[in-house]
Amino acid sequence: MSVIENQSIDGETDVIENSEWAATSKFVFTKPHSLVDVPTHYCPGCTHGIIHRLVAEALDELNICGRTVGIAPVGCAVMAYDYFACDMIEAAHGRAPAVATGVKRTLPDNIVFTYQGDGDLAAIGTAETVHAALRGERITVVFVNNAIYGMTGGQMAPTTLPGQVTQTTPYGRSTETAGFPIKVCEMLATIDGTYYAERVSVDCVKNIRAAKKAVKKAFEYQVRGKGFNIVEILSTCPTNWGLSPQKACNWLSDNMIPYFPLGVYKDKGKADE
Amino acid sequence: MSKRADVETKILIAGFGGQGILFAGKFLAYIGLLNGRQVSWLPSYGPEMRGGTASCSVVISNGPIGSPIVNNPHYLIVMNTPSLVRYEPDVTPGGLIFADNALITRKVERKDVQAFYIPATSLADEMGLKNLANMIILGAFIKRAGICAYDDFAPALDKTVPPRRKNLIDANLKALETGYSYD
Amino acid sequence: MEKVLMKGNEAIAEAAINARCLHFFGYPITPQTEIAAYMSRRLPKLGGVYLQAESEIASINMVLGAAAAGARIMTSSSSPGISLMSEGISYIAGCDLPCVIVNIQRGGPGLGGIQPSQADYFQATRSSGHGDFHSIVLAPNSVQEMADLTGVAFDLADKYRMPAMILGDGILGQMMEPVTLDGIGEPVTYDKPWATTGTRGAREHNIINSLILKPEGLEQSNFKRFERYAIIKREEQLHEEYLTDDADIIIAAYGAASRVSKNAIKMVRERGIKAGLIRPITLWPFPAEAFAKFADRVKGFISVEMSMGQLIDDVKLSTGQKRPVTLCARTGGMVHTPEEIAKKIMAADKGEWQ
Repeated sequence: MSVIENQSIDGETDVIENSEWAATSKFVFTKPHSLVDVPTHYCPGCTHGIIHRLVAEALDELNICGRTVGIAPVGCAVMAYDYFACDMIEAAHGRAPAVATGVKRTLPDNIVFTYQGDGDLAAIGTAETVHAALRGERITVVFVNNAIYGMTGGQMAPTTLPGQVTQTTPYGRSTETAGFPIKVCEMLATIDGTYYAERVSVDCVKNIRAAKKAVKKAFEYQVRGKGFNIVEILSTCPTNWGLSPQKACNWLSDNMIPYFPLGVYKDKGKADE
Repeated sequence: MSKRADVETKILIAGFGGQGILFAGKFLAYIGLLNGRQVSWLPSYGPEMRGGTASCSVVISNGPIGSPIVNNPHYLIVMNTPSLVRYEPDVTPGGLIFADNALITRKVERKDVQAFYIPATSLADEMGLKNLANMIILGAFIKRAGICAYDDFAPALDKTVPPRRKNLIDANLKALETGYSYD
Repeated sequence: MEKVLMKGNEAIAEAAINARCLHFFGYPITPQTEIAAYMSRRLPKLGGVYLQAESEIASINMVLGAAAAGARIMTSSSSPGISLMSEGISYIAGCDLPCVIVNIQRGGPGLGGIQPSQADYFQATRSSGHGDFHSIVLAPNSVQEMADLTGVAFDLADKYRMPAMILGDGILGQMMEPVTLDGIGEPVTYDKPWATTGTRGAREHNIINSLILKPEGLEQSNFKRFERYAIIKREEQLHEEYLTDDADIIIAAYGAASRVSKNAIKMVRERGIKAGLIRPITLWPFPAEAFAKFADRVKGFISVEMSMGQLIDDVKLSTGQKRPVTLCARTGGMVHTPEEIAKKIMAADKGEWQ
């Protein structure tokens, strides 16, 4: 009988017994333990799945899932509470950083993260975001920027690009009447309380690998008692952009990255080292 | 103080913000509390507190206190002219008005109330009791209204003065004494 | 049991600490600011957290987070600030989380004024946010009750997993009276296995959530909540009666208005008019039975309120309109004088119920 021991994050051992292939094979890819094994509701080609995985891998690798509390937003990721295996709270639209503050200040030894879209974080919840950063809350914010309101069916987001057509900017976003996109990392980098702010993208494998590092770092800093940490992740919305998943990735590379340059906007951790 | 259960002693103190109106009221309330009475203290609040007029209602009673608002005081203590103008008409007939005539330029006009004039602010200046005109006029009021014995001052002050200001108790006592013995 | 003079607002704050509330999130607004100031002074010394939020919206959501994390938690505000909190209160109710919310009411609508008012009665008792829900609403009328009912509010909130509100007003918040917290015993503690404190790898993940997309499911969840409300209505009504035994005319009044009403009742009784008072202490659940039992006995009821006819609806509902119910209202920060209430009683005694 052969046994494969797969060390889990909680130190438990998953035992797979007596299969022919087990003797000669090893796992190279499994679902992270920090994700619940259920199908998600996301559209085909949506990059939320990738981002969920990056968050879950970080929780696994840092072995913190058991002491983590996640805050789900209102937006496409509203049901993230069903997908992450840690304790979860569903917040009102835009209020996740305030809810996270309430949890973190009550349970300072727990790891607290929010998972928010662009409407949630950068329109209705701008005040909560900015003030959580100003207070240097020791939380991790995973900010998914796809330049559109997905859940309500494709309206203009605060990050919709100039000229971009959406359901509520049918002639393209006019900066004259609808204003300019908000550059969240640039803005938060000006705030003394921000510890770490990086913008990454999930449009290609190379960028996904960089995104993973950034997400993990944003949690690592919190483990070390540092904050406020934010990772802005440029993401696609094939359904509401009206593009195939591949073309959506290309559109992100060609249009979003030039307007929202990737990179580290603030990293006090580097200075602290 | 009357011993009748249903009698409430209703006092209104008014003046400028910064004259210690609210403090004087709180001290009075503690006098009542330490004498086993029911008491209530209600300040005016809001923007007028900052530099404008300040007032507070104090009720001392042998029974449960209904409204803490003193609309018609039996005792009115005023430390500036606007307060005298504002509240003189509200005093119950037969009531007593105590006015700091170092600052108040006019006399009490009503004939159905008793007026007492104490130049509290000048006395405070003369005796080096800066900012304690409130306690001087209060001392005069307590004596004439028969609110309490002189011996009650120190314990009530001990309750009213915050811990970090305990060094001011002696000056407060002196101010109360000055008013108490003022003719 | 030594009594000290305290403002109503301070009594609430001290009583909350006494009830093991060691976290406070709030935003300044007159006339409740002493609560925040008191907490900011005391909590850091007790190992707790005081945090001044960027808005009432943020405060109430911090309260939601702390409640989800299992803490005893309170926030306080005054009328316009409570309106801003109403979104969060609805979420807290929908998530079945316990918390205490203090509303030291001021005149409205809009920015209104800062003087005492009772104009948020409907907002507090009907529902202080969207959706089908209730908060337990407690209405103290003295500084001692500000303290005592704060303890009760924490207890009821935990017991029924729902928001509990202390509905005061500017007079009660600002006034000082002798108060003691010695009589309040050790707070009852409740297990909170539902709290999001981290799974520690030892259980399924807890989810705090008010989203139920299937209408059948949401309806069932509301039904269940209303079953709990039915128990609360049956078991938690509180009221005080004053000189009601022989009363021909009953005044309904809560909070500051009930105190002025007592003065008025004393005045008319000197003239031989038998007036009494029923003072609801829980506004929700409304002490309906207390009023109902007088509906066949008295000439009528007068609702004395610092609002334009809100409490009166509950008096009418609970007495089945068997007797006239009339209104004696002041609003906008104005407070009744005992004389004007007495006048109203004397008119009613002559059969004038306009």
